[in-house]
Amino acid sequence: MTRKVLIVEDSKAMRGLIRATVEALPGFVTHEAGSGFDALKALPSHQFDLIITDINMPDINGLELISFVKGHPNYKSIPLIVVSTEKSEEDRRRGLALGASGYIVKPFKGEDLQELIKKVLGVTV
Amino acid sequence: MASEKDERSKGEFLAEAEDILEDLNQHLIQMEAMVEAGSVDPDVVNAIFRGVHSLKGLSGMFGFTGVSTLSHKLESLLDALRLGKVPITPEVTQAIFQALDRLKELSEDISRSGFERADTTDIAAVIEAAMTGGGGADKKSPVDELAIDPALVAVLTEYEEHRLKENVKAKNGIFLVKARFDLMTFDKDLTALNDKLKSLGEIISTLPSSGMSPDMGIEFNLLMGTKSTMDRLVEEVGGLGAEVVEIKYKAEEKKAASEAASPTIKSLSKTVRVDISRLDHLMNIVGELVLSKNIISQLSKDLRGLHGFTGIAVDLHKATRTFERKLGELQEGVIEVRMVPIGQIFTRLTQAVRKYAGDVGKDIDLEMSGEDTELDKLMVEDMSDPLMHLIRNSIDHGIEAAQVRARRGKPERGTIRLDAFPKGNRVVITVEDDGGGIDHEKVRRKAVERELIKESDVLSKREIMDFIFMPGFSTSEKVSEVSGRGVGMDVVKKNVSRLSGMIDVETEIGVGTKFTITLPITLAIIKALIVDVSAETFAVPLSSVLESLMITRDRITTIEKREVVSLRGETLPLLWLDRVFSLPKSDAGDYLYVVVVGIAERRLGLVVDRLVGQQEIVIKSIGEKLKNVPGIAGATELGDNEVVLVLDVEALIDEATLRR
Repeated sequence: MTRKVLIVEDSKAMRGLIRATVEALPGFVTHEAGSGFDALKALPSHQFDLIITDINMPDINGLELISFVKGHPNYKSIPLIVVSTEKSEEDRRRGLALGASGYIVKPFKGEDLQELIKKVLGVTV
Repeated sequence: MASEKDERSKGEFLAEAEDILEDLNQHLIQMEAMVEAGSVDPDVVNAIFRGVHSLKGLSGMFGFTGVSTLSHKLESLLDALRLGKVPITPEVTQAIFQALDRLKELSEDISRSGFERADTTDIAAVIEAAMTGGGGADKKSPVDELAIDPALVAVLTEYEEHRLKENVKAKNGIFLVKARFDLMTFDKDLTALNDKLKSLGEIISTLPSSGMSPDMGIEFNLLMGTKSTMDRLVEEVGGLGAEVVEIKYKAEEKKAASEAASPTIKSLSKTVRVDISRLDHLMNIVGELVLSKNIISQLSKDLRGLHGFTGIAVDLHKATRTFERKLGELQEGVIEVRMVPIGQIFTRLTQAVRKYAGDVGKDIDLEMSGEDTELDKLMVEDMSDPLMHLIRNSIDHGIEAAQVRARRGKPERGTIRLDAFPKGNRVVITVEDDGGGIDHEKVRRKAVERELIKESDVLSKREIMDFIFMPGFSTSEKVSEVSGRGVGMDVVKKNVSRLSGMIDVETEIGVGTKFTITLPITLAIIKALIVDVSAETFAVPLSSVLESLMITRDRITTIEKREVVSLRGETLPLLWLDRVFSLPKSDAGDYLYVVVVGIAERRLGLVVDRLVGQQEIVIKSIGEKLKNVPGIAGATELGDNEVVLVLDVEALIDEATLRR
């Protein structure tokens, strides 16, 4: 079973790292969005199993994206993982309050993100 | 294998780090100017914070601890600045500049040796010291004064919440602007709405929601703070399909308070930001006035003809002259306001060059001069794509690979020069590279292959080069990601031509290629030469006219089936306008008027019956039917209510090249 993950992150290099980490898991494919807007555009045309999002982004922030996904009848069941920095503890708390399933702090180890993904999706690979 | 991967990811890190640092530098320069002016735009501070924040995250992930530690320190300072915990002073700005320099040094270390060498302890201390200048965070939240839905506050980041507080503290009106857009086009529509709102106040957050019918579109709730009234907002954004809801202050003292406070909150800034569409509107009115002026001048002339230069005719003449002078000043003033330095796009191009050169693995310097040269704002915007394309072409096909350059005895780093300078009422922009040049013979062969010319045709180098501007004409075998997107030189030329400009190319194999673009400084109102051709009148934009001649028929000779005249020892090809537009043949007698148009050696003589004179014209677009007639750029009205066509000189030169 293939699982599709939407990665929302404005840094291209960071996106590449997350992609490589996710795709290292067997059966996982990714779709990248360089901004919140790109994510909004990608949502209707894909069936995502998971969204991994940054908080600080230029157009709409990650919290707004979480609120959108969780308030949308078609997407509200998609789990979200917040990627944040230790600086933005308050933002992370808000992300979880809005319905994010987990968070990981930058810089993180690839294995830790993989573990978190497995935990959030309830899979054993 | 692993090291190759490491190399690649190091490259990715460096490319992005360099972009971020470049961006930071520019924003910091902006902030420095704002600090001096006494009013700092929170968006700029936040942009700097975000840049440093990204850099910190990035360097942490890639394991560059020096960059990571220093940017972490810097991030804390910027976080304090954007949250208003530490005041922004010139000293703080200097500290940030120093830190950026050090970060740049570190990334250069990484690029050279893979290791960070520069020491950061001293700079960390400077940042530390800058941090201690501040007080603390605000205790009681002023947001409590607002009757706002907690769900709206829940999605705000800490920074956005701080901005909301600042707006409440300043007793600004807080509004929720709701708009619903199509899923496919919302980013464009939202940008238009954002631009409108930003001219009126500060957008605090942009919350998307599915709204009532989730499959039909997407709804946005924009939270904003502004000094404008509800009515003003509605007036501004109503047209964009947005709805405005005021978020009221709990206490009704708001009104009284803002009235009492108003004398002390005078803005320190002496500038206003104006939407370009308002300037367009003003310019249009000036354009209409110019037409009216032309009509009045004509009437005044007619009156003098009827009554002689006496009484009311003299008075009207004087009044008209005063009107003309004042209108001239008004026109100049409005044009001046629209002028922006072309450096605005140059800066953007620098970043793009860096990125693209990196993508194709070439070392390229972009040198610029004449950034201060001013051009109409709209033209500057319209020029950015063509310039970008020319530069991409140079990077991709012009500048050779380092080994090839070394073999040819050139420096391994390629150079692209971007220059702009005013020339009379025109602006000249040149893009020059020191690459491999374009092979005339190759272009010629391609033209023969495509049956544009015969093998036996004799063409000058310049005539051959004209082919590169034809649709679908490319001599490059491989399509690259950088410039090979199916957009060719023909599109560049079309864009330039639409702005009544001209483009010319000079190239030498092994030495380089230079594109020269000549543009009028504004399109709103241009000077034109009015000419008659067999009972029809045309306007020729003066920016493309080199000179006018009167010649006798016997000076015309035929070379290669083309009619030409010899002008100061050089051959000038002629084009009869009556033939181009299939007008009845004019019987102009033995004397012909020739309007010499063009740029550099790409010249053409337009044969006309009579030169009427120079006049200022406002180009109006023409209907769909005439849109595709080659050689016509638009239409204009002259003083006597006559509508005449404005010639597209660039297209006529092409026409002449093909009619052979």
